[in-house]
Amino acid sequence: MSDISLLILLPLLAAVCAAATPRAAGLWGLPASILTGVIALWLALDVLQNGAQEIAIGGWIAPLGIVFVADGLAALMLLMTSGVGIVVSIQATSWGVWPSSNVSEKAATMRAGFWPLWLATLGALNALFLSGDLFNIYVAFEILGLTAVGLTALSGTPSALRAAFDYLSAGLAGSLLLLLGVALAYSAVGRVDIEVVPLLADTTSGRIALALIVAGLAVKAALFPLHFWMPAAHSSATPVASALLSALVVKGALYVILRISMEGGVGMETLRLAIAVLGSGAMLWGAWGALQATRLKLLVAQSTVAQIGLIAMAIGLAGDNLQQNGLWQAAALLMLSHALAKAAMFIAVGRIAEELGHDRLSGLNRKELRPGAAEFAFAIASISLIGLPPTAGFIGKWILIDGLIARDAWIWVALILLGTALSAAYLSRVVSRCLRGGPHVSLDAHHPPWRTGDVAALGLATSALLLGLASAFPLSLLEIALK
Amino acid sequence: MSEFLPIAILMTSLGAAPIILMIPEHASRLRTTINLTAASAKVALVIWLTVVVVQGGAPDVRFTVAPGLDLHLKADALSVLFLALSAILWLITTIYAIGYLENGADRSRFFGFFSLCVASTVGIAMAGNLFTFLIFFELLTLATYPLVVHRGTAESHRAGKIYLAYTLGGGLALTLGTIWLYALAGDVTFIPRGMLGDLPQTDSFALIAIFILLIIGVGVKAALVPLHGWLPLSMVAPAPVSALLHAVAVVKAGAFGIMRIVYDIFGVDTVQALGLATPLVLLAAFTIVWGSICALKQDDLKKRLAYSTISQVSYITLGIALVSPLAAIGGLTHLIHQGIMKITLFLAAGNFAEAHGIKTVSGMNGMGRLMPVSMTAFTIGALGMIGIPPLAGFLSKWYLGAGGLEVGQPAVIALLAGSSLLNAAYFLPILYRAWFLDPPENTPVRRDLGWMLILPPALTAALVVAAGLFANAPFSPLGWTRFIVSLEYL
Repeated sequence: MSDISLLILLPLLAAVCAAATPRAAGLWGLPASILTGVIALWLALDVLQNGAQEIAIGGWIAPLGIVFVADGLAALMLLMTSGVGIVVSIQATSWGVWPSSNVSEKAATMRAGFWPLWLATLGALNALFLSGDLFNIYVAFEILGLTAVGLTALSGTPSALRAAFDYLSAGLAGSLLLLLGVALAYSAVGRVDIEVVPLLADTTSGRIALALIVAGLAVKAALFPLHFWMPAAHSSATPVASALLSALVVKGALYVILRISMEGGVGMETLRLAIAVLGSGAMLWGAWGALQATRLKLLVAQSTVAQIGLIAMAIGLAGDNLQQNGLWQAAALLMLSHALAKAAMFIAVGRIAEELGHDRLSGLNRKELRPGAAEFAFAIASISLIGLPPTAGFIGKWILIDGLIARDAWIWVALILLGTALSAAYLSRVVSRCLRGGPHVSLDAHHPPWRTGDVAALGLATSALLLGLASAFPLSLLEIALK
Repeated sequence: MSEFLPIAILMTSLGAAPIILMIPEHASRLRTTINLTAASAKVALVIWLTVVVVQGGAPDVRFTVAPGLDLHLKADALSVLFLALSAILWLITTIYAIGYLENGADRSRFFGFFSLCVASTVGIAMAGNLFTFLIFFELLTLATYPLVVHRGTAESHRAGKIYLAYTLGGGLALTLGTIWLYALAGDVTFIPRGMLGDLPQTDSFALIAIFILLIIGVGVKAALVPLHGWLPLSMVAPAPVSALLHAVAVVKAGAFGIMRIVYDIFGVDTVQALGLATPLVLLAAFTIVWGSICALKQDDLKKRLAYSTISQVSYITLGIALVSPLAAIGGLTHLIHQGIMKITLFLAAGNFAEAHGIKTVSGMNGMGRLMPVSMTAFTIGALGMIGIPPLAGFLSKWYLGAGGLEVGQPAVIALLAGSSLLNAAYFLPILYRAWFLDPPENTPVRRDLGWMLILPPALTAALVVAAGLFANAPFSPLGWTRFIVSLEYL
C-alpha cells in the first residue's frame, strides 16, 4: 500500500513545485491540500473498515527499515490536519490564486511564501503522525520546525521576525534535546522504533532518554513552562499562519507525547505525572495571561497555552493504553476540537483586525459597521474552547471527568472545572465587548454584514460545535488500535 | 407517525434562529413573517402533540452522540405542560416584541437569539435524559446572554457579566453532577418515580452530593436564595426579554429542572429517604419570604416584579418538595399560573414605560385613567398573584395549603398566609395609586402604543381569569397537572 506514503510525498512534491513557480503557488497548493485530504479520508474509512495498517517502506521492517503505522489515532490526526488545512487554504486564496490575478505586491509575496511553507508543513505533520520510530519523528520535526518558523516570519513585520527568531532558537533547543534523547535510547537498547519505549522505561539510561525526548517535545508543544516562545510567535504571525501553527503544528508534538506515554507501560508513571502537573500549571498560567492580555491575538495565543495544558493533563492522566479508561480518547478529542476552534478563532481575529484596523481589546466596541460574522464565529469557537455542550470540547471534557470520577481523582476534576471557569472568564472578555455599545448595524448601512472572508472562520467554528454531536465517529475511529 | 413531532417542534425555533440572524436589518417585514409563522406553527404542533399524548402516545427520538451518551427527545405529560406554556407565551411575546422594538436597533440579532432561547426551552421540556437536559440548559444560558445585554449600555453589561457568572457557575455544578451520576448509573433517563430507587447498594453520600450539585445547577436559574443575585440586575433588559425570562424561559427552566430531578431522576421516595426533602422545603420557604420582603423595598417597578418572581417561583419548588400529591398539584399548576400572571405584569409594566416613561411604583398615580386596558391587565395579574379567588393564583395556593395539611405541616398554611399578606402589601399600593389617585398634571406621552403592545397583556390577563374559572375543564392547567401527579404518586 503505497497510498500512505502519498500522504507525505504529495504535499512535499507540491511544496517544491510551488516554491519553483511562486506566481502560481496557489494553483499547486489548493489542489494538493484537497487531494491529500481525500487520501486521508480514504485512509480513515479504510482503517475503520479493515483495521489498523502497518506498512514497511521498501519491504524493510523495523528495526532496520522505515515503518509507517496508521491506526485510528493516526488516521484521526491526519483527517484533522487535512480538514483544518483545507479550510485555511481556502482562506489563503484571498491572496489570489491565478498568476494573472491582480493582487498587491504584499499579497503576492505572502502567497509565494505561504504555499510552499504550508505544503511542507502538511507533509511533515503527516510524516509525524504516521511514523513508527523515533528517528523518523525527529526528522519530521526538523522539517516542521523550519517551516513553522517560516510561517511565523511570513508577514515580515519586525515583531514577527523577532518572534520567529525566538521560535527558531527554542525549536533548535527542542530538537537538540530530542536528538540527544533518541541517541541515548539507541545506545541503551539498540533500536528506535516506538515499541521500544517500555524497554526504555525499565532502565535508568533509558528513562533519562525518555525524559530528554519528552522535554524536547514539550518545548515544541509549548508546554508550560517551556512555552515562553509561543505567545509572541502565534500572535505576531499573519492570521492564516497563526491558525496553522496553533491548531496543527503544536498538535504534532502533543501527539508524539501521547504515543510515547501510551506505549510506556508502568515504568513511565513519574513522567506522566510530571506531564499532568505541568499541564495543569499551563492551564492556570495561560488563563492568567489571557485575562491580562490587551490585544485580541495575544489573548487567543495565551488561550492556546492553557488549552495545551488541558490536553497535556489528559495525556498525563490517561496512563498507558492497557488501562481501559478512555482518558486518552478524551485527549485526542480535545486536540481535534481545539484544532477546529482555534483555527476558526485566529481567522476570525484576523478578519476583525482587518475590519477595525487594529486588534486592541479596548477598541472592540462602537463602530458604525462591524465585522459581525467574524465576531459570531469567534463566539461559537469560544463555546467549543470553554467546553460547553454540545461541542466536541464538551464531549472531551465529559469523557475526561467521567474517567477521573471513576478513579476518585477529585483534585484533577476540580482543576479541570477551575480551568473551564477561567476560560469562560477570559473568552467572555472578548464576546461581551462584541455586544457592547449602541446600534451595531445602523439602518442605513448598506454594506453586507456577511462577507466571503468569513466563511472559513464560520465553517470551522460551526464544525467544532457540531462535531460534539457526531463524536461517535471520531471515538469509534480511536477504538481501532494496532494489535 | 407522531415520532417526528418533537423534532418538528424543536426545529420551528432552532431552525428559525439562524435564518432570522442572517436577515438584513432593514427587512423587517420578512423578519416579522418568519417570526410569526414559526411561533404559530409551534403552537399548532404542540396542540397536535397534546392530542397524541392524551391518546397514550409518547413520541421518542434517540440519537447516539458518543458511546453511552444519547441525545434523547421524548414527550411525556410533564413535557406537554411546559411546552404548552412556552409555545403560547412565545407567540404572544413575539407579537409584543415586534411592536416594542419597532424601529429599534439590532432586531435581527434580538429575534434570532429570542428564537434560540425558546428552542432551548422546548429542548429542556422534551429532554428525555439528563444529558439532553444539560445540553439545552447550557444553550439557554448562552442564548439569553445577548438578550440581557441587548441595550448595550454599561449597566446592561455589568448585569450581563453577573448573569453569565451565576449561570455558567451553576452550569459547572450541573455538569459535574450529571457526569458523576452517569458514572454511577449509566444513562439517566427521566422516568416517573425516578430510576435511582431501583439502584442496588448505591453510595448514599455520593447521591446526596449529586443531588446538591444538580439542585445548585438548576437553582441558579430558578433563583433560589442565595443563588438569585442575577435576577433583579437582569431587569435592565428590554421588557419582552424580562417577560420571557421570568414567565417562560430561564426561571421556569430552573423550576422544571427541579421537577425532573426530584420526580424523574431520584423519585420522591428516594429524595425523602436521603433526607433531602426537608432542606429543600426550608430553602423554598425562606426564598418565598425573602423575595417578598425584598420586593416591598423596591420602588423600581420591574425590580419589584423581579423579587416577586423569586418568591413566586419557589411556590413551585415548595410544591415539589412537600412530597404530597396535593401540594404537587399546586406546585405544578403554579408553573403555568405564575407564567401567565407574571408575563401579564411584565408586559403591562413595559407598556407604562413605553407610553409614559413610568418605571417606578411612585410614578404610577392615575395610571388606570391613562392606560385603562394595560392597567386592568396588570390588576388582574397582581390580584392573581395575591391569590384572590377565582383567579389562577388562588388555586395554586389552595392546593399547596391542602398539601401542607395532608403531610401534617400546618406551618405551610401560615407561610402561605404570610406570603399572601406580603404579596398584597407590595401589589395593592400600586393598584391604589393607579386607580384612586389622580395622574400628575402634564404626564408626558412618549409614544402611542399600537395594538401589538396593548393586545398581548390583555390576552394573558384573560388567560389568568380563564385558568381560574375553568379550572375543572379537562385541558385546564389544573386538569393536566392532576393527570401528571396521578402518574407520579400512583
